[in-house]
Amino acid sequence: MTTITAISAPTRPRKLVGAGRRQWIGLLYVAPAVALVVVFFIVPLCMTAWMSLHNWPLMGAHSFVGLDNYWAILRDTRFWNALKFTGYYTVVVTIAIFAVAFPLALFIERPRQLTGFYRTSFFMPAVIGFASASLLWSWLLNVDSGLFSPAAFELGLTEKKFNLLATFQPAFWSIIAMVVWKVAGFTMIILMTGLQSIPPDLQEAAMIDGAGPFARFRAITLPLMRRTLALALILSVAGSILAFDQFYIILRGGPRNQTLTAVYWIFNQSFVSFKLGYGAALSMVLLVILVALSLIQLRLLRQPEGVD
Amino acid sequence: MAQARSRKRRIGMQIAEHSTGIIASILFLAPIAWTVLSAFKPAQEARQPPLPPWPTSGISLENYATLNTFGDGLWLPAQNSIYVSVMTVVLSVIVSVLAGYGFSRFRFPLKNLLFVVILSTIMIPFQSILTPIFLVLTKIGLHNTLTGLVCVYVTLQLPFSIFMMRNAFDAVPREIEEAARMDGANNVTMLLRVMLPLVWPGIVTIALFAFLGAWNEFLAALVLMTDQSKFTLPIMMTALQSGRFGAIDWGAVQAGVTVMMVPCLVLFLLLQRFYIRGLMAGAVK
Repeated sequence: MTTITAISAPTRPRKLVGAGRRQWIGLLYVAPAVALVVVFFIVPLCMTAWMSLHNWPLMGAHSFVGLDNYWAILRDTRFWNALKFTGYYTVVVTIAIFAVAFPLALFIERPRQLTGFYRTSFFMPAVIGFASASLLWSWLLNVDSGLFSPAAFELGLTEKKFNLLATFQPAFWSIIAMVVWKVAGFTMIILMTGLQSIPPDLQEAAMIDGAGPFARFRAITLPLMRRTLALALILSVAGSILAFDQFYIILRGGPRNQTLTAVYWIFNQSFVSFKLGYGAALSMVLLVILVALSLIQLRLLRQPEGVD
Repeated sequence: MAQARSRKRRIGMQIAEHSTGIIASILFLAPIAWTVLSAFKPAQEARQPPLPPWPTSGISLENYATLNTFGDGLWLPAQNSIYVSVMTVVLSVIVSVLAGYGFSRFRFPLKNLLFVVILSTIMIPFQSILTPIFLVLTKIGLHNTLTGLVCVYVTLQLPFSIFMMRNAFDAVPREIEEAARMDGANNVTMLLRVMLPLVWPGIVTIALFAFLGAWNEFLAALVLMTDQSKFTLPIMMTALQSGRFGAIDWGAVQAGVTVMMVPCLVLFLLLQRFYIRGLMAGAVK
């Protein structure tokens, strides 16, 4: 960070007195933004670290307990289970999103009639919120008034109405289906920008050399959009690690607390049990994971796009 | 002969491609259409499985009326959502236009440090700092107020929107500014009269993202708004769907989800290119 400041703050010969004064005004322009970020981000961030070293109930005095909260996390099997579930969910949903989004991106990337319509319809679910999407699907997944169970029953596929949300496997895969429906269009657009940045003559040259579509995909498309792939991957992974809305709204962490995610567990500890200090320590763990992920992202993205 | 055959094959390919495209489009649009259509069924019919999705015994607004009887009704949380979203748009536009202009056109101490700090907040999940945000809001007397929620939402928008606006101002040629300064424009008229008309596409983009972000946000509103009269639509609807107001009325859920979805869909359809622009800017940089 020091190098950046050093490079871009050269000692410029002052031409006018007015010009020198005008520069300070810049600070005034950015002041509101800085104030907001300090009060609602930097201060809370420091407080999280501070609170994680305390026993901090909602009411009453808080007391310093050192690293006790962190030792408690080590023994908190339910948190580790939540973290394990979050990891499992992240892997499954990311693979599922890419499996749908990549073919879609290839499909809409080539200009043809109706491409605009296809692109817009695939993207529509991405602009509605996760809460709306979850509420919508909690209805579609409902055993009595929803769509899937009654439809399967009417078609004679199941002998009686099957409750999709009562056991882990169908509930989990229902959430995966909902998230893929909601997010695939978003990932598709990101991947499309990568595809469009590949020069078309490269593909043509390979085609003349007799490379089949699969070989072209492996040798040209994938390596040339490495950066875009990394970005889409990181966005999907970071978003999934922080998943909360869909599990809270559709499943309430059930069946039998098997779908509690990391954020859900922190939410429960902080705002249901009101163990604010312990929740802060859990938050620190989550924060370290996400920041580590962002740093990996920065490294991946810094590598220039192109053929090695 | 061969030509005719290859043309036939090309037409066959096109039919295959378009049927794939149309089936996929239907899959993506169906859940949305299903909800919007079902919401217009009479209450009795809306409780049954939605087969077919459209109303068969007449169109009715009963579900919206039922929705209005739960808790504080439909209008209060809708008003809260509108207030929070509009205020988030207005404030984040003002704050990031000023900051973008400042970061783009002035040199001042700590400039790069401040810019890097604001941008790097995007790396830290706000989910992990919600408890202290709650305490800060309490401390400054904004806890359980929509204004407090707006402050949080604006802060969350800043890294993206300041980045967008800084780039937008950077793209304006210095000559235009210098010419205006010759004509005696001061900083404020410069920004309002000369610069704003040139960076408005960026402003539309950040306004759209701010609106969608605030309108759809769930966790922060759930944690920070403890009073029922301060619920935004997602929180009110979740309370309804969890049976907090008695038996769950799925017709009311359909109506509520429609109210939550339609503004996002309409805004997106109207301002699509600004949305994609924002995504591209985020993806390329």
